[in-house]
Amino acid sequence: MTDATFTLIEGARTVAMPEAQGFELVARAEAEGRPVALDRDEHAAYLGVAARERARALASLEAPDFTLPDLAGRLHSLAEHRGKKVLLVAYASW
Amino acid sequence: MWQALYEELGGRGFVVITVALDKSPEDARPWIDAAKPTHPSLVDTQHALADLYNIVNVPTVLWIDERGRIVRPNDVAFGTDTFKHITGLEAATHLAALRAWVTGARAAFPEARARQLQSLPTERDQQARAEFGLGEWLFARGRREAAERHFLRAGELAPHDFTIRRGTMPMRGIDPMGREFREMLGAWTKAGNPYYRPLPE
Repeated sequence: MTDATFTLIEGARTVAMPEAQGFELVARAEAEGRPVALDRDEHAAYLGVAARERARALASLEAPDFTLPDLAGRLHSLAEHRGKKVLLVAYASW
Repeated sequence: MWQALYEELGGRGFVVITVALDKSPEDARPWIDAAKPTHPSLVDTQHALADLYNIVNVPTVLWIDERGRIVRPNDVAFGTDTFKHITGLEAATHLAALRAWVTGARAAFPEARARQLQSLPTERDQQARAEFGLGEWLFARGRREAAERHFLRAGELAPHDFTIRRGTMPMRGIDPMGREFREMLGAWTKAGNPYYRPLPE
């Protein structure tokens, strides 16, 4: 039986693991310059993506691909629309 | 409105992709049901798109060409003039430029200009997004108070990021159109900061 008491979150992926291992991975991510949000009381941490990595990708002007669901739960990717001009609109109900 | 544009130009090798940065599909559903979109109309509860494209407010629009290249970086554009009296932005200006680009009447920005007009994320922006990501995960598990701590921390780190400061209000039980939003916006603009940052051209 494993002692999976800590959750590491990376975007949509989550992995449960022993707390000591979680702290080790948090320290490693921080050493790599990644942003980390840690909540010891909640036994969870979110590993983000470094600004320099995001900035490099955007400055290349290569549109970052994404896959997101519609209301029916069907997944759509930007890459499916290669060959077309795309207007990408981010909006919200708020 | 974006649906009407898609109907108008969809036959010309053009597609609209709308992405709702909402806490649940149910929050976005009334808007999507009303628009009856035939283009991809997506929901992004974890703000993955905001992280990838450094989106800090809505609406944000980008143009991406046939090769998957960003030819117009993050800009502010509305589909209609509903909010023109507040924003001062005319929907027609962006629509005319967009039509000209789609029909080939006018090229989009050259690469150097597109890069110049980009806003790239800072370490604080990305730390804020990590705090948001943890908060959203906690919120989805009913850990409201813990989520609140991380949402507030995220807002302190990136006070210009309204996908965080306003976008988390529905998760924190705050009306995103109400008094607390108006006070936040008032303090922000009084300090000389713009709420919308449209491109200069």
